Amino acid sequence: MSLDLLTPEFLIERDRNRCIDCQVCVRQCANEAHSFDAEEEKVVSKDEKCVACQRCVVMCPTHALSIRRFPLEFRENALWTGRTIKDIYKQAATGGILSTGMGNDKPYPIYWDHMLLNASQVTNPSIDPLREPMELKTFIGRKPEKLEFKEGKLITKLPPRMELDVPILFSAMSFGSISLNAHKSLARASQQEGTFWNTGEGGLHKDLYQYGGNTIVQVASGRFGVDPEYLNAGAAIEIKIGQGAKPGIGGHLPGEKVNWEVSETRMIPEGTDAISPAPHHDIYSIEDLHQLIFSLKEATNYKKPVGVKIAAVHNVAAIASGIARAGADFITIDGFRGGTGSAPLRTRDSVGIPIELALAAVDTRLRDEGIRGLVSIISASSIRNSSDVVKAIALGADAVYIGTAALISLGCHMCQKCNTGKCNWGIATQDPNLTKRLNPEIGAERAANLIRAWKHEIKEMLGGMGINALESLRGNRLMLRGVWLSDRDLNILGIKAAGE
Amino acid sequence: MRIDAKGMYYRQLNQLVKEAVAQGEKEIVLDNINGQRYIGDGVRGDVRIVINGTPGNDMAAYMDGPELIVNANGQDAPANTMNDGKIVIHGSAGDTVGYAMRGGKVFVRNNVGYRVGIHMKEYQDKVPAIVVGGKAGDFFGEYMAGGILMLLGLDLPEGQEMVGNYCGTGMHGGVMYVRGEVPEYKLGKEVKVVEMTEVDDAKVKELVEEFCSYFGYDPAEVLAEKFYKLIPFNKRPYGNLYCTY
Ligand code: SF4
Ligand code: SF4
Repeated sequence: MSLDLLTPEFLIERDRNRCIDCQVCVRQCANEAHSFDAEEEKVVSKDEKCVACQRCVVMCPTHALSIRRFPLEFRENALWTGRTIKDIYKQAATGGILSTGMGNDKPYPIYWDHMLLNASQVTNPSIDPLREPMELKTFIGRKPEKLEFKEGKLITKLPPRMELDVPILFSAMSFGSISLNAHKSLARASQQEGTFWNTGEGGLHKDLYQYGGNTIVQVASGRFGVDPEYLNAGAAIEIKIGQGAKPGIGGHLPGEKVNWEVSETRMIPEGTDAISPAPHHDIYSIEDLHQLIFSLKEATNYKKPVGVKIAAVHNVAAIASGIARAGADFITIDGFRGGTGSAPLRTRDSVGIPIELALAAVDTRLRDEGIRGLVSIISASSIRNSSDVVKAIALGADAVYIGTAALISLGCHMCQKCNTGKCNWGIATQDPNLTKRLNPEIGAERAANLIRAWKHEIKEMLGGMGINALESLRGNRLMLRGVWLSDRDLNILGIKAAGE
Repeated sequence: MRIDAKGMYYRQLNQLVKEAVAQGEKEIVLDNINGQRYIGDGVRGDVRIVINGTPGNDMAAYMDGPELIVNANGQDAPANTMNDGKIVIHGSAGDTVGYAMRGGKVFVRNNVGYRVGIHMKEYQDKVPAIVVGGKAGDFFGEYMAGGILMLLGLDLPEGQEMVGNYCGTGMHGGVMYVRGEVPEYKLGKEVKVVEMTEVDDAKVKELVEEFCSYFGYDPAEVLAEKFYKLIPFNKRPYGNLYCTY
């Protein structure tokens, strides 16, 4: 037991019969959990340094390593779990705010797993997507109130939109919070698969301007890297008001992560903290939001859709209605399980509401007000697979953002230590020794594969429902049935119970 | 070239301005301006735009190069995220002047509102400056990360305070020069007053002279008062706030 009273979280088990003391693990672990004892001439480990990122386990040539949860931590206690006790030790030792990475890991209900999809039987034929056309094309942007035609030709001038081949985009993750190689991977994958990635609030690296046609540039309260060139570089602009992992609070990229490339892209001096204030101090109302939306439209000559991203909070439906009326072309709603490069633990785990309920509430509200048709909704957070995508679209989303899933496709092992800057998988780090572990070409291929795989699966599920265009599934909640849900939940989700 | 903006919707006005800039116009005079927003937004290049009347909010947002002369008061958030250029306001301006401004200069003859210079930053050769002739509201230079904020307190009525409360709260870069003493209780807890150096004196002189050249003050008179320099205690005010979960 070390002086700060902490016991290790994980146990590093080295099978001495297999270990050849090659020191691969020593070099691989940025947390310095492995070291070479020169006197003994063998590799040894320090359990308390391990974060269970599994890098050494995967890289060990003889499979000598395994990482386990440290056995019996404290005497069993349902209230005072080992976790709650250790949190107090840490705060007692440091006086600090507990900070963590990745999304909320608490066992709140996962509504995706309480909703089931429909399929055709007898009365309407299902469709085989391998042999019949199946349309996933998705447009994100404002829709005109009506379309006018003259001599068979569309004469209504359409507002600017993003055209997606698949209803999945890569969500905002800034350069600084993740590595340039991670950005490159997502940018290339977007181009390959006909979709979009989002810069996050840290600017756009000069090497990535070439992917502008597949890029959404973000504008947040810190305005990092925002200049006219940046605004015009992307296909769309997203104003970040909030993030699901930390609603109501700002961002803070520590100076250690601001190396020269991050500094150049964010346009701030090297080594300085990049602080994003909690609110945009030019926005205290929907009317002010309107002002920011239109200042961005003015600066880009009305050529780009401008969206607004908010965290799913209690009043999300009313806020979304205000955003639609403020002139946003799309609204991104980020649920309380959304990932983060760094967030205060208590905020991450206790603030905000589940995306499934938020999404349904927003879609219902905008429909009731007759304005759903005007804007697109992008649902963000906790999309783990293609059936989550299908369910989100049936609940009312136009498309979904994936962030965590995208990082996992690049090799993330969900150790939740993104905030430390020591990501052994080369993703949430700026350390050149670590970032080189992610090859952007391989990364792009893997992220693109994931999108392609999900695309096939979405088509399969649509075909099963007898639907041949994604448009017919949007907000089509009859395709969903709830299990293990209260009447109140069903009511908010706007779906029937299974069997009804 | 002259544009009569009487009764003109901002969108049309700004389009005319942008078209003129695109055609290489070097001086554009806008008459009868009355609250039209976003004038100069995202405009690049070296053009001088004279604004006769009060422009609306978010003037010169994301602007990159032009010079804007306002012959009246400005409203909220001029120079929002401005990258380069110059703004001279012959009057007062509202809240959040120069929000996240990264380059260029803003001169305001009279007073400014709340949160002026918030999150102003600097980068390489870009060091933005805002010079305010009169007084500033609360949260002057909040979250300031770079650049220069200058407050002169000229022509204030007796008993009128030059600086509002919470001056420099969250400041972690840049410098403020205030002509006259700032009471301790008005300072944010991240800011301290330090001695002026020769470099500071030269900088102050340069900016004061430019300010005076626009508004007809005598630089010697303005410089006769003592200036105080405010800088952040720390470039990383929140560096020790966290521990890893
Ligand atoms: S932190 Fe990762 S690389 Fe280091 S010992 Fe633990 S599992 Fe292995
Ligand atoms: S991105 Fe890296 S640090 Fe973050 S959870 Fe994944 S593996 Fe861990």
